[in-house]
Amino acid sequence: MFRAQSKAHQETIEVFVEGSAVRVPQGATAAAAVLIAGLFRIRETAVTGAPRLPYCMMGVCFDCLAEIDGVANRQSCMVPVTPGMRINVQHGARQTGAAG
Amino acid sequence: MTYDLAIIGAGPAGMAAAIAAQGQGLVTIVIDEQPAPGGQIFRGIEGAAAQDRTLGADYAAGATIARNFRASGVEARFGTTLWHLEPDDEDGLCTLSLADAEGTDTLQARRVILATGAQERPVPIPGWQLPGVMTAGAAQIMLKTTGAVPAEPKRTVLAGQGPLLWLLAVQMLRAGAAPALILETRPADRIRENMGLATNAIAAGGAGMLWKGAKLLAEARLAIPIHRATTGLRAEGDQRLRHVAWDGGRFACDLLLLHEGVIPATHVPMAIGLEHAWDAAQRCWRPMTDERGATSHDRIAIAGDGGGIGGWEAAVASGRIVGLDQARRLGRIDEAGFGMAAAPAIAARRRALALRPFLDAVYAPGAAVLCPPDDATIACRCEEVTAGQVRAAARLGATGPNQVKAYLRCGMGACQGRLCGPTVAALIEETRGLPPGTAGLTRPRAPYKPITVGALAGLAE
Repeated sequence: MFRAQSKAHQETIEVFVEGSAVRVPQGATAAAAVLIAGLFRIRETAVTGAPRLPYCMMGVCFDCLAEIDGVANRQSCMVPVTPGMRINVQHGARQTGAAG
Repeated sequence: MTYDLAIIGAGPAGMAAAIAAQGQGLVTIVIDEQPAPGGQIFRGIEGAAAQDRTLGADYAAGATIARNFRASGVEARFGTTLWHLEPDDEDGLCTLSLADAEGTDTLQARRVILATGAQERPVPIPGWQLPGVMTAGAAQIMLKTTGAVPAEPKRTVLAGQGPLLWLLAVQMLRAGAAPALILETRPADRIRENMGLATNAIAAGGAGMLWKGAKLLAEARLAIPIHRATTGLRAEGDQRLRHVAWDGGRFACDLLLLHEGVIPATHVPMAIGLEHAWDAAQRCWRPMTDERGATSHDRIAIAGDGGGIGGWEAAVASGRIVGLDQARRLGRIDEAGFGMAAAPAIAARRRALALRPFLDAVYAPGAAVLCPPDDATIACRCEEVTAGQVRAAARLGATGPNQVKAYLRCGMGACQGRLCGPTVAALIEETRGLPPGTAGLTRPRAPYKPITVGALAGLAE
């Protein structure tokens, strides 16, 4: 959905969005990585299972909740990427007893 | 460790307040959720974006503020979330409960400045929950922090109104990713109706800002198709956005960026029970403050857009004034000293606010933005509660958002009512025939942001 301008940032970091490697600029958040990866969902809602993507990118809406490095319910627009970070779609409500 | 002053938020107001307070000898700490200073307006200002000239001179000005903030040596904790604030602890101080990557901890401060800024006003049009519908601010954050633009500009549409919408349009244009279409929602005669306010603004020193805005509009209008006085906006699609539609038109797109202005982030001030008032000019709630940021609680002050929208230049001036007033209240300077030190900032704030009444009037959000007319529109994105459900609850007797929360769970989801609060209140007011701003807002509770039980348990060790 978004693309990083080649001129804009020097350093990039490799992360894994739903298992696929994506290179994103340093300073990007996990939510930005999902938007650059071109996914059309970052979570499925707990109530109806509807797909969502980030809406506000500034920590207000919580529509970017995702599973990051095995921990569910992370506000992905607030989490800067780190090398090798694994970002996965969150399916519905977090499973109690799962990691995190 | 006990601090004289804790400042929540390292945006323009928080940074300016910290520099001013530290300069008067207050032992000060600044706390911010982001990994670096800047707030939302200057997101990524210490990164590569500072060299990106397409973002404009106002953004570049943030680099100097951030540099001065770093040079002041004020203690700062980034990547740290305030999840509880007790303004009356057993020691007669404020206790702040914080969470970061390491876990949770607390600190005490004699006084607190909330410089938590603004959030974008919710734009609850039909389909706004679809993947591909975002705020204009979200796209701007992608530019600032990631150097990223929409991948398919020809399938990208901006819709709404306000200075940020035009700024983003021009930033995208300069980055070679101009949106295919702008759907402006401002009614046709708004500028003509408010020429008196424009004249006042010029008399008060706002000519420069007016000129800057006019140039921005002209640059966008030359390059981007604009549909004016748009009504009936809706996002269409099944599992994702496919079209944006309006009264009389439809356009295929996969990214729709909405904007209807910004409103104070009232979450923390509401949670600690500060008195708030409905701002009829800005159509939003804001904490009640005096001109030095003092609130209804003796130890808590508010600086910047969190106390009413004024923009970054007003926020810097406000931060300085409020920071100096904390030094006065702690006995570091007297009233005369405050007057001398704060005078330039008071004048600067007056100039920075000169254009505001004109902007508030010209870009006032329409009734449909405040209160979605279509019952099927989602009001609460977290719990997927529609406008029709809120109206039905109000007809059953719910008098305010706190009752509707108990009926329908809106405000109980992850965002805790940050996004649905204003819409739910407006729907109740409409249904019950109440004037705007009388139904109140949801009272948020700690933790202000979700924390894990494990992190909470760590506090007891």
